[in-house]
Amino acid sequence: MAEEVKLFGVWGSPFSRRVEIALKIKGVEYEYIEEDLANKSPLLLKYNPVHKKVPVLVHNGKPIAESVVIIEYIDETWKHNPILPQDPYERALTRFWAKFIDEKCLPALWNSTWSKGKDREAAIEEASQHLNTLENELKDKKFFGGEEIGLVDIVASFVGFWFGALQEVSGLELLTEEKVPKLCKWSYEVVNQSVIKENLPSRDKLIAYFSARFADASK
Amino acid sequence: MITHPLLEATENQAKNQGKVKWKEKTKSSDMGCGLVDTLKRVELALRVKSIPYEYIEEDLSNKSPLLLHYNPVHKKIPVLVHNGKPLAESMIILEYIEESWKNAPRLLPEDPYQRAQTRFWASFVQQLFEAVLKLVTSKEEEHEKTIEEAYEKLEVLEKGMREFFGDGGRRIDGQNLGVLNIMVSAVLATHKANEEVFRVKIVDPERFPLMFSWVEQLNEVPLVKEVVPPHDKVVALLHFVRENGLNPSSS
Repeated sequence: MAEEVKLFGVWGSPFSRRVEIALKIKGVEYEYIEEDLANKSPLLLKYNPVHKKVPVLVHNGKPIAESVVIIEYIDETWKHNPILPQDPYERALTRFWAKFIDEKCLPALWNSTWSKGKDREAAIEEASQHLNTLENELKDKKFFGGEEIGLVDIVASFVGFWFGALQEVSGLELLTEEKVPKLCKWSYEVVNQSVIKENLPSRDKLIAYFSARFADASK
Repeated sequence: MITHPLLEATENQAKNQGKVKWKEKTKSSDMGCGLVDTLKRVELALRVKSIPYEYIEEDLSNKSPLLLHYNPVHKKIPVLVHNGKPLAESMIILEYIEESWKNAPRLLPEDPYQRAQTRFWASFVQQLFEAVLKLVTSKEEEHEKTIEEAYEKLEVLEKGMREFFGDGGRRIDGQNLGVLNIMVSAVLATHKANEEVFRVKIVDPERFPLMFSWVEQLNEVPLVKEVVPPHDKVVALLHFVRENGLNPSSS
């Protein structure tokens, strides 16, 4: 049976981009469907009735939601070019760091950009701590995954790429060479990996989008 | 003084047999793991797989250097230590247990798609847990709002689980509990105690008949009975927590 793979995503979403990166690593052909979040398609609502969000992967008619769940599924279904390590302990650590980034770093970085007053101060403080934690975790490795990129690098591309853009727009200085030199070096390396580079949104487009939002938010 | 355990799974690799060490200290104010949902999950998983483990108590108001060493990022329990290697976060621990002890019964399905669906729903049950926790730790005035959040999650689960398991009805194999049964046990097994203490219906049998009957069935499973304290004890613990303004979460 021919494989039929569809991905519902949004151009600027780090979550749908990370699934695209996973599919590209595996060389899986897929049909991409761009969603308009202000006007979600009936298919998206059918395939993700619980959260009504992107990304959603549909493999031979069967839908899967939640970006990390999708990536684990991709890794288990197409076994070449592994994205997670083989060893159970290493896999557990990989999942731990991916979770830490999604549940702690991302919200703190996002809130640092968009919230105001005391909330913003608290978010900035928290974000700094988390970036330091990542800096320490990187140690002397080229990537979080070791010599090759893995799940954590893919998930952390939010930090490396999206936050870089947010920083430029907001004037925050959290991801800097003075503060987190290893993390900065990692972010240049990771963003320049071809499978990632070719699957990131245009930086200019992202900056334009965030700038407009930032201007609106400041009114 | 609140004490909570840090779990250590030990395996005698030479003989490929585990050491059976089950320690439970009891003090008059000892809460044990009665209220610690995330801990119950790990204990259930270890018991399903028949993995012998040593249970180490932790005083969370005075965290030991050992806990801080093993979980420097979150400084929380549960922490599983296997042959000296630490792991935190209950769902991550469950997946690790599944992958390290490949003996039956399986905690997760074999098929990748079913496994993905299980992970998705396990993550959703975690969200329900957070909503229930909010209810239990919020002030009385906020209960009306926080219970609504819990109801929203329960409604989704009621519908989602009906589809996930098909219309054959829930069948639980007591020896083969699996991640979803473990998660639901840990989060909802003591719902009646919560309802009594906080005077609010959580798993209303009329609104959520599937969830209600599922939890009833789970509470009959011997393994679950071993890990979840009896109703009266949980009620007493919850009253203790409320009166002392304590947070019964695993931090």
